[in-house]
Amino acid sequence: MNVQAWTFVMVAISFAIYIGVAIWSRARSTGEFYVAGARVSPVINGMATAADWMSAASFISMAGLIAFMGRDGSVYLMGWTGGYVLLALLLAPYLRKFGKYTVPDFVGDRYASTVARVVAVVCALFVSFTYVAGQMRGVGIVFSRFLGVGIESGVLIGMGIVFFYAVLGGMKGITYTQVAQYCVLIFAYLVPAIFISMLITGNPVPQLGFGDRLADGSGVFLLDRLDGLTQELGFGAYTDGTKRTMDVFAITAALMVGTAGLPHVIVRFYTVPKVRQARSSAGWALLFIAILYTTAPAVAAFARTNLIESVSGQPYADVPAWFTNWETTGLIAFDDLNGDGLIQYTGPLSETPNELTIDRDIMVLANPEIARLPAWVVGLVAAGGLAAALSTAAGLLLVISSSVAHDLLKKTIRPSITERGELIAARIAAGAAVVVAGYFGMNPPGFVAEVVALAFGLAAASFFPAIILGIFSKRTNAYGAVSGMLIGITFTAAYIIWFKMLHPELNNADNWWLGISPEGIGTVGMLVNVIVALTVSRLTPPPPDHIGEMVESIRVPRGAGPAHELSA
Amino acid sequence: MSDDRRRLYWVRNLTYVGVLLAIWFTVSYGFGILLVEQLNSIRIGGFKLGFWFAQQGSIYVFVVLIFVYVWLMNRLDRRFGFDEPEDGP
Repeated sequence: MNVQAWTFVMVAISFAIYIGVAIWSRARSTGEFYVAGARVSPVINGMATAADWMSAASFISMAGLIAFMGRDGSVYLMGWTGGYVLLALLLAPYLRKFGKYTVPDFVGDRYASTVARVVAVVCALFVSFTYVAGQMRGVGIVFSRFLGVGIESGVLIGMGIVFFYAVLGGMKGITYTQVAQYCVLIFAYLVPAIFISMLITGNPVPQLGFGDRLADGSGVFLLDRLDGLTQELGFGAYTDGTKRTMDVFAITAALMVGTAGLPHVIVRFYTVPKVRQARSSAGWALLFIAILYTTAPAVAAFARTNLIESVSGQPYADVPAWFTNWETTGLIAFDDLNGDGLIQYTGPLSETPNELTIDRDIMVLANPEIARLPAWVVGLVAAGGLAAALSTAAGLLLVISSSVAHDLLKKTIRPSITERGELIAARIAAGAAVVVAGYFGMNPPGFVAEVVALAFGLAAASFFPAIILGIFSKRTNAYGAVSGMLIGITFTAAYIIWFKMLHPELNNADNWWLGISPEGIGTVGMLVNVIVALTVSRLTPPPPDHIGEMVESIRVPRGAGPAHELSA
Repeated sequence: MSDDRRRLYWVRNLTYVGVLLAIWFTVSYGFGILLVEQLNSIRIGGFKLGFWFAQQGSIYVFVVLIFVYVWLMNRLDRRFGFDEPEDGP
């Protein structure tokens, strides 16, 4: 069987599993629709959270980004995992004790303010729509490259599948399909990584092969060879950074805090039965995520080495089949500037002009072909990419649907709505969100990549401080929280829009404030939010007594502890 | 009495969180970013140490930190009698 046939088989099997799981676990109440009836075990929830979190960006794009950024790519590795420590220690247990359905629920109730709730809903909707458009785009790319259908039809098929289990099953259906999707995506990520690690270093564990000697008998360490190759071609050493330390610091912090503030991740911790399980499921989630995130930098180093060795200085006439296949998608392009028929692949420090452009997103998908792995592995990677994109899309659609049906309709516009009516509204909202997401997947606005920075920046500058202060500072009141969120968001959005959309020509380190790029400005936005919220709260009346009691109650897993004597 | 116990519980909780976050900060922002060049002069196998912390080590430490926190807090809950009953919420 060829690559296309294998891809078809792998994708068909995985889709059949998702549909079967969705039928088995359909939701019957709003509690099941929003938080799976709060009966999910911590390991299962950890696995679902991992699939929810790891999107097309983690599966398809991240290793490619690291392959081309070298050490600077660490911002994604540390940023997108370190946020879980914040989530586990500062947010998850308290939000579970609070025990409602959504993030705006907490913000609205803690600050007893409709304005705060609406600001939170608007942020949740913006962040989620930005994200979901990118997922649908990922689905389209996988379909068009591996199954020979157009990007439009690919997006339509993806919409159909997500529509089926998100609308039918709500959080319950999503949770169990995400478990299946995690298994598919992690298997699909590890199999080629292990194969390639064996081929290049002879070590079957990619995390160790990454620091091992090459298997070609030279006795040279992989990373030393890679440093040598990248320096020779004028890219600078792979294990050296080019970004300024201040910027690396700010981007990592913005990604960490943004991760901890993303509504589709936070809401997963409402689905476990107790506070204790909210804590441990954050640990399981990070463990399952870490399996992929520690493999990714190894894949990146293998892929970069393989790429350089298989194309650099080679005659264009003899390029392997994968090169020609990706050329037809326009994601690899060769321009023979000096007309010698050889591929000169060089970096900014080299005197020879570069003739090869490669889209970073194709590295993970092309890697098995570059390493000449069997066709079924390539098919598996395609199915894994789809699992990653679909699982994240479903989680985001649920946030959109609960924001509209629960936070806007039930809590703000029409409190008299019945549970049945709310459930119907939630399903309609999920359905409408699928259609909007699909539209953006087919007609991506040119600014998708730019708005992802905005999504993280806004999550960092709005939700995270509002929730943290709500738990750890009883004195913070609605005036403080709302003014903090508004000023934090405005500052962050203005900075990003200024450099990314209005003046892209000024977007370089010399013009940035303190050398902080738009990707990292969410960190400053968060600090601004905290300072404003604390100051304004102290200049205005303290929150009413019942709020103080509520904060006291979410700080302990159980109310006043009864019979137990202190043993400490 | 109950208020004192709650306050003590909360102070212990904040102490644990403070210590764990200090470690979190040290391995990522410390070893992986601020001190990366200095640590890179130390090599372990094919890895320069700073690079290893930035792309591998910090992630392993993060996972361990969360499970240590879970263990510490479960023990604290039991000692203060703030743990939840076994049979459902």
